Amino acid sequence: MIHTLTMPKWGLSMTEGRIDIWLKQPGDRVEKGEAVLDVETDKISSSVEAPFSGVLRRVLALSDETLPVGALLGVVVEGEASDAEIDAVIEGFQAGFVSNAAEAETAGPSAQKVEVGGRLLRYLDLGEGGTPLVLVHGFGGDLNNWLFNQPALAAERRVIALDLPGHGESGKTLRSGEAAELSEAVLGLLDHLQLDRVHLAGHSMGGLVALTVAEQAPARVVSLTLIASAGLGADINGDYLQGFADANNRNALKPQLVQLFSDPALVTRQMLEDMLKFKRLEGVDQALRQLNGVLFDGGRQKVDVRHVVGRQPSLVIWGSDDAIIPANHAQGLEAQVEILPGQGHMVQLEAAEQVNQLMLAFLKRH
Amino acid sequence: MARKISYQQAINEALAQEMRRDQSVFIIGQDVSGGTGSPGEQDAWGGVLGVTKGLYPEFPERVLDAPLSEVGYVGMAVGAATRGMRPVCELMFVDFIGCCLDQLLNQAAKFRYMFGGKTTTPLVIRAMYGAGLRAAAQHSQMLTSMWTHIPGLKVVCPATPYDAKGMLIQAIRDNDPVIFLEHKMLYSLQGEVPEELYTVPFGEANFVREGRDVTLVTYGRMVHIALEAAANLARQDIDCEVLDLRTTSPLDEDSILESVEKTGRLVVIDESNPRCSIATDISALVAQRAFAALRAPIEMVTAPHTPVPFSDALEDLYIPDAAKIEAAVLKIADKRNAA
Repeated sequence: MIHTLTMPKWGLSMTEGRIDIWLKQPGDRVEKGEAVLDVETDKISSSVEAPFSGVLRRVLALSDETLPVGALLGVVVEGEASDAEIDAVIEGFQAGFVSNAAEAETAGPSAQKVEVGGRLLRYLDLGEGGTPLVLVHGFGGDLNNWLFNQPALAAERRVIALDLPGHGESGKTLRSGEAAELSEAVLGLLDHLQLDRVHLAGHSMGGLVALTVAEQAPARVVSLTLIASAGLGADINGDYLQGFADANNRNALKPQLVQLFSDPALVTRQMLEDMLKFKRLEGVDQALRQLNGVLFDGGRQKVDVRHVVGRQPSLVIWGSDDAIIPANHAQGLEAQVEILPGQGHMVQLEAAEQVNQLMLAFLKRH
Repeated sequence: MARKISYQQAINEALAQEMRRDQSVFIIGQDVSGGTGSPGEQDAWGGVLGVTKGLYPEFPERVLDAPLSEVGYVGMAVGAATRGMRPVCELMFVDFIGCCLDQLLNQAAKFRYMFGGKTTTPLVIRAMYGAGLRAAAQHSQMLTSMWTHIPGLKVVCPATPYDAKGMLIQAIRDNDPVIFLEHKMLYSLQGEVPEELYTVPFGEANFVREGRDVTLVTYGRMVHIALEAAANLARQDIDCEVLDLRTTSPLDEDSILESVEKTGRLVVIDESNPRCSIATDISALVAQRAFAALRAPIEMVTAPHTPVPFSDALEDLYIPDAAKIEAAVLKIADKRNAA
């Protein structure tokens, strides 16, 4: 079986990527889920994982080369294939790809918007079948925080990522700014999509939101995945929260965002510009200050929902070096706890592969 | 942010959303509606290139066609701004500044200073600028350096639809007179623009491309030409950083210096005439404040010191293109990678 390995599309806006380095060489064996090469976009860099096992027979993209989404990067062969057969597959692919190149930008998944409870909510719906999984981002984030996770997780089930109120392209006006307001928005989206029971995964403040949903509507939550989650202890980096809320230009924002990652080089000017684009939208400043004040005033988390953990099967993932919410909040939870060494707060982005494997295995069991 | 609209639509949307939000915002200019007060079709033009089309039907009392007298209606707008209105006054072509210079140079730009801060003049002058439309010497000039020279004015030159909307909203809400310059060759440029209101602050340059080897500083339409040159140079292993100034007044000196301190090499690209220009201004800034960081002479790529020609062939030669920028970069780039 001859498989083509192509330039992935991470998130909604990626149109091309630059090959950073090949981690496998022609002739190497690759296992499904294993990183084959590193690709850099204007927003972020990450590994391209093999969607299939086999032997890497051809490498068709050079280091430093920039190629559009969907372009052929390499050929992986499962079992036997002659060079002539591989050549034929490459030739066929390239012939077809030329005609599709113009569509690369418009092709791919696109987010939808729906009015729930008098407020616009944006969500991205990928995959089908199984018990659906809903992904809830953290403070100041949006559905693109899952760009390396959602496609991989959607290979096995329907996966929906949403923008919380006050975030992304959802409506910006908050009423109370309490966790319950955010969890009601998640439940409202589930009602709209007619999803009775779902797996929930939340990152940071999104973990607190997922826990609050589980508390309000336990029957609708099959399992919980909590990544660097809020709501499990008092500590939180108040300087980060205040600095992030206050930052209105590149130089003020950068020292805040680097605290989120273990590798500060991931915070590119493009990432800063994209974050500023979000922060400039009318209503965002107020929403962030409101949430910060209500949920995390003065650098202490005001809401503790540890008691909710354990009512559903729960997976807790944390980066050991998380500079925003300390990993020791995972201690003593009635859950499968996975601490990833050396990782920071945005562990689902930086260690996407490990997080995806943990989540896929966990979800398969429940 | 998936929705794409044109630069022209982004300007139109900013005007419509701000007029809905704030009753004191009104538009005045020649043919901004077209046909107002005459028995013919209302909103026939919507501005000479249709940028304000569709606004008159929604705001019939706040889209005012002016008589053919810049000195009259620009003066009226300046006065209205001092009395609590927020006029967006369209000069059509920036070349027409000569007909109303006193209203801006000696009146609008000076009020806050001369009245000791007791009055503000929240006025926006919108105008088309730049060459490339075969519009000849009187309808193709840049004149950015003239405006930038005058203290008391803010000068804004958006390069993208995103910036056009966010900076026009900022201009309308700003309490000082703002010269908002729209490059006529960018009107059809498509780009991602949020549907919501947002503002892009003045005085913050945008790093539109990161690079290690050479800094390209520019603004307006030339941002796109510089990016084209940078892409070509990347194939020769020369990594250019491209800085879009966004506003020439205020000027983001820090970002210029930060970039040059990193790369040690500067090419300034300015579509305007070369003498006393943005290009010379930035060259002087860097020579004075980052001289020790420079590893090569500063290069400038500008139009020549001539009026904009009407001949297609000559106009194409007049406007800086990617080849001229690449040649300037190659003159000063580190040849470390050459074979």
